[in-house]
Amino acid sequence: MAEEEFTDINGNSISLDCQTHSDFCREFTVTSPKLSLRKVMVYTCFVWLFAYAVFFFTENTAVLSSAIILTLAGMMIHIHFVKVDHETLLIIGSLGVQLSSSYASGRESTIFIEMNKLKDIVINEAVYMHSIIYYLCILIKDPADPETVTSVVPLFQSSNPRLNCLVQVYRSCQEILAQSR
Amino acid sequence: MPALVNAHRRVNLLVVGYRIRATSQKSLPFKCCNTADSGLLVGRWIPGHNSAVVLAVIHYPFIPGQVKKYLSELQSQTQVDLTVLGSWSMPKEGQEGMDSFLKDLSTIFPQKCWLQLSREIGKRGFTCQVVQNNGRLLQEREQKNGDDKIILIHYDQRKVMLSQLHPVQDVGQKSDVEASELRLVFQTVAQSQPLFFLDKYDDGPLKLSHWQSEGREASIIAELLKQASVPVCIFLTWLLSLWHWLCSFRILHLPPVLFISSKLSTCVQSVYRAVHFRTVFSPKKAATHVEFMRKANIFVSFLVDIALGLLLISWLYRENRISKLADTLVPVADRVAKELQELLEWLMGAPAGLKMNRALDQVLGRFFLYHIHLWISYIHLMSPFIERILWYVGLSACLGLTFALSVLSDIVALLTFHIYCFYVYGARLYCLTIYGLSSLWRLFRGKKWNVLRQRVDSCSYDLDQLFIGTLLFTILLFLLPTTALYYLVFTLLRLVVVLFQGVIHLSVDFINSFPLFAIGLRICRPYRLAEGVKFNVLCQEPGTPLHLMMEINPLKCSSVLQCYRTPTYSCYPKDSWAGLCKKLFVGELIYPWKQKTDKTD
Repeated sequence: MAEEEFTDINGNSISLDCQTHSDFCREFTVTSPKLSLRKVMVYTCFVWLFAYAVFFFTENTAVLSSAIILTLAGMMIHIHFVKVDHETLLIIGSLGVQLSSSYASGRESTIFIEMNKLKDIVINEAVYMHSIIYYLCILIKDPADPETVTSVVPLFQSSNPRLNCLVQVYRSCQEILAQSR
Repeated sequence: MPALVNAHRRVNLLVVGYRIRATSQKSLPFKCCNTADSGLLVGRWIPGHNSAVVLAVIHYPFIPGQVKKYLSELQSQTQVDLTVLGSWSMPKEGQEGMDSFLKDLSTIFPQKCWLQLSREIGKRGFTCQVVQNNGRLLQEREQKNGDDKIILIHYDQRKVMLSQLHPVQDVGQKSDVEASELRLVFQTVAQSQPLFFLDKYDDGPLKLSHWQSEGREASIIAELLKQASVPVCIFLTWLLSLWHWLCSFRILHLPPVLFISSKLSTCVQSVYRAVHFRTVFSPKKAATHVEFMRKANIFVSFLVDIALGLLLISWLYRENRISKLADTLVPVADRVAKELQELLEWLMGAPAGLKMNRALDQVLGRFFLYHIHLWISYIHLMSPFIERILWYVGLSACLGLTFALSVLSDIVALLTFHIYCFYVYGARLYCLTIYGLSSLWRLFRGKKWNVLRQRVDSCSYDLDQLFIGTLLFTILLFLLPTTALYYLVFTLLRLVVVLFQGVIHLSVDFINSFPLFAIGLRICRPYRLAEGVKFNVLCQEPGTPLHLMMEINPLKCSSVLQCYRTPTYSCYPKDSWAGLCKKLFVGELIYPWKQKTDKTD
């Protein structure tokens, strides 16, 4: 269980946790920074001050109640669908790879890719706006046609770790994939 | 903790990836375990992969001959090649010396590989050894390089048995595409259902242990419904055949009747529902998962439809609202006619400040006014009967809300028939004007349209041809604003009516096609519709192979909708927006809602 601090492409600090369950089974968890209380309070105050201003001019209480409902709904949608708490990559040699994203509300969304569909795990470069970023991705193949890459699944899309973190994960994964070939 | 024991009782083993394992260094608490007594493991080797699915445990004492007979019977029943995979030992006190006994067993059931799973009391992890059988000699091969590994996967048998992996593939397609390991596992467990019928209370020669060994589970209500459904289905199928016989009379196949019935959405909807009936109430059991889901979806949506229809009836007839509705119908029609008359008077004057051609204006205006007058007389003729008719038609909502909506759409179409007629007259006139103008414009420039070559060619005209052509061109050009204005006004009215009908059709389509049963299944029993699996690593003790817990990953709701949507006679517009605008500009008649089954315009 090794936990290390890294930064993501925007400069926020993230942490990588590697767990080795056995020789051929490893789990990598990248944890994003938590929801900042200061930001939440700033947004809420802003929305409510605006609502009060509108109420001052229109004298309609529906404005206030709708502002409250909007804030609550927005917050619930944000923590349930948008804010990712941690992302996990579980690689089991000769079985497959499991990707899982866990949101701030506790919801987890998981995908499992079988080993016969997995061609390789690589680090790719991409040009994004004004910068070049690196991302780890899984190349998927069709078992009937092993030479063609049918699709690419990028990993850690919400936490966006930098190259140093990705290289560590990449090396560990390649060790396990080499065993199972 | 009884709850924990109950949950674990159902869990069984799947062994994946056999090769002798290296030790693991962890020692963390273990979550689940198989509490069955020692015995033989029964299951299936997955072809093409180094894995096996363990389905049940046959306990000591047993007679090997009877075990083999039972397995071959099951094999012929389920088409799954069940074999004895190995032995499972959980020795209690006083049962030492199992090793030699286990060795003898592997000679009785000759296999390529023999699995030996064991669990000691007090420890939570299992140990597994794979024994290769070379020829007649039994050899235990322990490879020292530590490359090889065994993974033990625990799964919930009942959930995997009932679950269906998506995307659904037919059984016949298995040979074409290499089936994935997961799919084979799900198929094996699902097809081995007869294996789970024997429980510990049976007095047979074999004692089995699996998820149902505490007693078969069934629901009395479900069984009673299954028994009752067969005569009900037969009766309803007979009623349906009666209806088909009625519909097959020659008089109903005359072209005018066919034409009207294809235009009325009520008839279309009733035909569609009859087809549904035939699917749902056929006495044949659904063979595949897709058929079963379709039947269930149609049945549930039909029930919901009828319930909503009855609700509507109770609301309509409660305070005699239907009579009030009928009483307001004639005044509304009158009002619409009056508004149209005012509109025409406005067009006959100087609409929006434009100067119309006086003579043409008067002709067209008077023509349309007379039409409206005819229509109003017709409505007034019908008005004493309207209430009665509406009262009986309203009762037809008991056939479903979709039926009531179709009837509403037809009533609206009938009441606005004069608007439709005006639109057709206006469009035809405008279309003629536009075609005449384009042809005479070509003549003005000295060209003509070559029908054979489908292109514009130059042509030399005589002087009198040119003279008359130019004259006609000028006349048509100066009459264009008038016809264009009438066309514009009536097209807009027609589009309003079409929009309203379109909204009704969309809602009918939605009620018809929404897969309520599938969504309900996804919410209440999410393991039945599986998109994939998820694995959790179960913490283990050192010296044991890797233990994983396999859970079912349910299908996303959007995929459920996409997969199980009942196909309908879809009412999508057959033209794109650009095509529609072009047709409007040229003056061709538009039929924006065309059913898929119609082949002619």
